[in-house]
Amino acid sequence: MNHTVNHAITLVVNGVVREASVPARRLLSDCLRHDLGLTGTHVGCEHGVCGACTVLLDGEPVRSCLTFAVTVDGREITTVEGLATGGELSPVQRAFAECHGLQCGFCTPGFLCTATAFLRDNPAPDDEEVLEAISGNLCRCTGYQNIIKAVHRAAEIQAEEAG
Amino acid sequence: MSERSEPTREHVTGVFGERVQRREDARLITGRGRFLDDLGGNALAAAFVRSPHAHARIRDIDVAAALDVDGLVAIYTWEDLPGVLAEPLPLLIPHPALTHGRTAYPLAREVVRHVGEPVVMVVARDRYVAEDACSLIEVDYEILKPVVGVEEAAQAAHLVHEDVPGNVAAHMVQEVPAPDGRSAREAIEAAPHTLAFRLDIERSACTPLEGKGVYARWDADDESLRVYSSTQTSTSVRMAIAAKFGLPLPKVEVIAPDVGGGFGVKIVHPWPEEILVPWAARLLDREIKWTEDRREHFISSAHERAQVQYVRVGFDDDGRVLGLDVNILHDNGAYTPYGIIVPIVTSTQLLGPYKIGAYRVEFSSIYTNTVQVTPYRGAGRPQGVFCMERTMDRIAAHLGRDRTDVRAANFIQPDEFPYDQGMTFQDGRPLIYDSGDYPESLRMLKELIGWDSFPAMRAQAAAEGRTIGIGVGCYVEGTGVGPYEGGHVQVTSDGRVHVSTGLTSQGQGHETVFAQIVATELGVPFEKVSVVTGDTRRFGYAVGTFASRAAVVSGNAIALACRKVREKALRIAADALEADPRDLEITDGVVHVVGAPSASIPLSTIAVLSNPLRYAFDDETRRATQFASSPSPDRPPVGEGEEPGLEGRDYYSPIRSTFASGMHAAIVETDPLTAEIKILRYAVVHDCGKLINPMIVEGQIHGGVAQGVGGALYEKMVYDQHGQLLNASFMDFLMPYATEVPRIETAHLETPSPLNPLGVKGAGEAGVIPVSAVIAAAIEDAEGIPIDRMPISPSDLHALRLAR
Repeated sequence: MNHTVNHAITLVVNGVVREASVPARRLLSDCLRHDLGLTGTHVGCEHGVCGACTVLLDGEPVRSCLTFAVTVDGREITTVEGLATGGELSPVQRAFAECHGLQCGFCTPGFLCTATAFLRDNPAPDDEEVLEAISGNLCRCTGYQNIIKAVHRAAEIQAEEAG
Repeated sequence: MSERSEPTREHVTGVFGERVQRREDARLITGRGRFLDDLGGNALAAAFVRSPHAHARIRDIDVAAALDVDGLVAIYTWEDLPGVLAEPLPLLIPHPALTHGRTAYPLAREVVRHVGEPVVMVVARDRYVAEDACSLIEVDYEILKPVVGVEEAAQAAHLVHEDVPGNVAAHMVQEVPAPDGRSAREAIEAAPHTLAFRLDIERSACTPLEGKGVYARWDADDESLRVYSSTQTSTSVRMAIAAKFGLPLPKVEVIAPDVGGGFGVKIVHPWPEEILVPWAARLLDREIKWTEDRREHFISSAHERAQVQYVRVGFDDDGRVLGLDVNILHDNGAYTPYGIIVPIVTSTQLLGPYKIGAYRVEFSSIYTNTVQVTPYRGAGRPQGVFCMERTMDRIAAHLGRDRTDVRAANFIQPDEFPYDQGMTFQDGRPLIYDSGDYPESLRMLKELIGWDSFPAMRAQAAAEGRTIGIGVGCYVEGTGVGPYEGGHVQVTSDGRVHVSTGLTSQGQGHETVFAQIVATELGVPFEKVSVVTGDTRRFGYAVGTFASRAAVVSGNAIALACRKVREKALRIAADALEADPRDLEITDGVVHVVGAPSASIPLSTIAVLSNPLRYAFDDETRRATQFASSPSPDRPPVGEGEEPGLEGRDYYSPIRSTFASGMHAAIVETDPLTAEIKILRYAVVHDCGKLINPMIVEGQIHGGVAQGVGGALYEKMVYDQHGQLLNASFMDFLMPYATEVPRIETAHLETPSPLNPLGVKGAGEAGVIPVSAVIAAAIEDAEGIPIDRMPISPSDLHALRLAR
């Protein structure tokens, strides 16, 4: 019974065209992790509250645990694996390491993706804006102190590098 | 001595005491971490049918409908479990006072005792299919009366376990008489002032962002088992599995991969899944993985904190406590796999930095039909500190004295260490504080928060129509408990240093701080050192990561192992350089004669020389072969008492715990209309002895405080009268986001521990311990209403205002 019907989908993940055959109920998070082997995206609550599974869908942060993979056929996705370019860490990645913005690292991919999109749209945020930007992601280790610092520091690095 | 927390970016060399960036981060920020569910891409998936009832008898399990599910591999119930696997899970920490310890079966046998207890295991092609099958399995239950709420349970109208009278798992009394021999109750009767009150602390839980998980691989050819588990103790999981399966220990290896937070819940073991998944993997000769989902974590892992405390205290006109009598009802949930560690810790650490005239503490550990209670960061201390600090505040209010003066009047003084509290601690060893400076800590805290200028601040706020209050809380934390940890340090012929220790990591930065210790002890570049934790293939003897013990116990073991390696390196170098070992030192991985830098030999070469070879396979090894040099014909190539290789192994077994301490203060504002509670400032003075990496210690404090804020204002496991957990999701169980955690101001005091070579004390749990007490004090100060329970929501505060 219930032989599931698979659907062929094509995603552009971190700039690479990837094909998968998935049942309609396959979550994007599971598709990325288990079908495409991109395990950097983590699943912390499976109901869209913790933000650990955040990826960028056509550049915008989405909860991949609340997204069916078949609904994003043909779209562009950036995961934590795609934030570095040519082996060089992004400003957000460097800032998180520099400021001790992570401990166990499980929630970190979600924060990195969220902060990346935020700083692209708002390269010089104030304290309130940073707090607002990350207030949809849960972290149980850091108390957020150094995550906030890291987002500010990433803005600084971005500005320095833009010259 | 005191230091504000700002990241620094100056050049660091990676030695003890520096703010070194973490080793772990490179993989974690690029998605290359390896957490449990990242492994075993081709493994079958396990899922569980769990009890929907808090208390019920299983009449029948009907799996027929599930058998047709495409992709189903196997279904198991308790009846399928062979031999010792069908027995209850181990009672990990027996104690004479735990007269009625009870543990669960890996799969429920006849009776379920909390919502979430596993009843059936399903193995299938993937998790989706496994859950499909689970949903088609029908379990017929006869519903029994659930026992919910610790005070109701203590009345024992109904029983959780038929054979446990009164629902009492354990009952324990500890009594320390006054110096004049009077008992606590006598001292209270005779005291000039007495107070009596009741305190109530709710349930919370660790809730690491990554739940538990197990992935097992059976190698049929080798008849060996490799198990990955998101655990805080891989060595002990290994022993438990070997014992349950009757396998020789060397045929079982357990590895804790990257673990997404623990906070205590993952020290419990073996979880049912840690037994069942490897068992099925062996039986089916297939790789199997189970990854806990969030709801499972809420209803089938562990909670903590819930206690009701009845307090009587007698004190003099200065607020000095003459006698303290505390009776604790501790809710241990449905089972007691971790014994009575939590209420023992509450009972003993309740004393904090104080000299109490006479002390009596009694606890009853009570069964309820709820998720079992095992240590959560702080492990009973937040409750003990809540009790003592609320007591101090009530004494101050009664006498009309400053709250910090009352505390200072009771402090153990710096010249009184070692200070024997006269009790038995959680490790069965005497509760003797090793070092500390509580008056200095309080002075620093008052300065940091601006205690003395607060009345002016309050007046200013009042003039603006705002209500603010200030609170303070002090704690002492026994850290670094034994029995032991070990470390292995090996220098290879490429000059790299490989370090392993058996305990595990869940985000504490062990790879970094242990490498700092090695870089310092051995005189090698930080970058050359790599550290492995929690992998029984690398180090088989260990206890685990809990009780703020990793830096203390493994840190010192690794330091001692380094000292062995160093001694051996200097001995070999002295031979090679024809020098006295006492004239040698190691800098940047090179041994050289002090004052004669040209007479030198790198550790990489010493590693080659330390291992006499017959066979060469490169230029380095050629130098160690038998015809390459002319060693003494009278000595064997490996001397008596020597071993080949430049490596060392050592263990550190502390005589007893080392006692870290700290004091926190907060200023809160309460909204006159909405009763919203906002933390305006939060200040921490923290003393964990010598700091290995201040950046990491501050990170630990930040995380602890945030969990404390959760426990004080938001987090609460809400059970209804049927034993249903009503808020088993992150939507309804309110963990703090960035918007709920205030900026945390920290200062460090360093009173080194005299008990261990590095002078360190533990730092992992500290941040969370006094937060509920501090926030309660600040709200009480703002509102003028006694606060005797935690957490406190705006609705709770509103109700308190109405009842005033």
